[in-house]
Amino acid sequence: MDEHPIITHIPRLRRYARALANDRYLADDLIQDTLERAWNKYHLWRPGSDLRAWLFAIMHNVFVNQMRGRRMDLEILTDELPIVAVRDTQSDGLELADLRRALSRLSVEHREILLLVSVEQMKYEEVGDALGIPVGTVMSRLSRARERLRQHLDGGANAVSLKVIK
Amino acid sequence: MSDITDEDLHRLIDGQLDLSRREEVETYLQQHPADAERTRLMAELNAGLRAVYDAELDEPVPTRFLLAPGIRKSRYRMVAMAAGLFVTGVLSGWMVRGTVITPNLALSLPRQAAIAHAVYAPEVRHPVEVEGKEEEHLVRWLSKRLGTDLKAPKLAALGYELVGGRLLSGPNGPVAHFMFQDSRGVRLTLYVSTRSGEPRETAFRFSQEDRVSVFYWIDGRNGYALSGEIGKDQLLGIANVVYQQLNP
Repeated sequence: MDEHPIITHIPRLRRYARALANDRYLADDLIQDTLERAWNKYHLWRPGSDLRAWLFAIMHNVFVNQMRGRRMDLEILTDELPIVAVRDTQSDGLELADLRRALSRLSVEHREILLLVSVEQMKYEEVGDALGIPVGTVMSRLSRARERLRQHLDGGANAVSLKVIK
Repeated sequence: MSDITDEDLHRLIDGQLDLSRREEVETYLQQHPADAERTRLMAELNAGLRAVYDAELDEPVPTRFLLAPGIRKSRYRMVAMAAGLFVTGVLSGWMVRGTVITPNLALSLPRQAAIAHAVYAPEVRHPVEVEGKEEEHLVRWLSKRLGTDLKAPKLAALGYELVGGRLLSGPNGPVAHFMFQDSRGVRLTLYVSTRSGEPRETAFRFSQEDRVSVFYWIDGRNGYALSGEIGKDQLLGIANVVYQQLNP
């Protein structure tokens, strides 16, 4: 029996959900609700278009709705924890645990874009589809997200050296 | 070479730059060490993020996420169904007796069982209070609370493993609720209540409560109801096994 195409994407959806929700239980709810919606709406998916981007778009919408229910406003999408030095160690190398912690301190919007681009390695156009934003916004948000991630890793120390060339 | 933009650098590390453009960008970076260093750091973050998160892809996916569309039920529909079952139960009880009575008392055994099934079977995070791996403790605890010797039937041969159980409150006091699940995530629940009055025995009876099929019977002072959203024949086969195991 071949696996349904939706099922083959579940590990990726779960990974995305966990990083978005920053909490395993909330992530489980997010996955469950996303899958329910995906199964119910599967007939609306256009064969030939990218199923992964379609599923991630559903997850994004479900997540936004869940947060709307909890917070009544969407400021949380752009909330970011204050920059503090997240590195425990003084080693020069990039510590993966530090990186995970730094990512979790970013705003939801910045986390989303980094996960889709860096981890999922989606094309910028697909990212735009999944998040419902134009490619131009993908680019500016990505640039900002990378800058913020680096700042969180460095505890703000090197923030000044990250200038943007135009 | 001043036409190299920030976007080019992102495209470069994300592998989304045209080949011809790529050569231009690489030449530019050779002449601009600060931008080259910044690009290297961004590429390092990229690789780091993948290293952090790629490991998660190998974790097994829980069965509950793998349910095929036909089997999967919306929790909201189930909750609505539970509410509907409850209301019709109250109404029928009320109309038959023609007087206002405590709603719970109006609910028949199969309806109580179907409501409990509709409430707990779709539960993802907390389907049971005590898990099946602590079966001995679970059975001892529920037996003590119900004041009767309980057993959890073993349905593994039929493909159903014990998920666990919980204590519920029924119209006549505590109720034991056992849950079983097959490899596709289909769940059955066994509702065991105690009753007052003379001990008696009844044959199997069947009740269709919305989408939940229920076989129920009374044995001595205990009422049993096996519920599931599966076919009547299939459920009857399992109910027979349960009955035989509880009455060896």
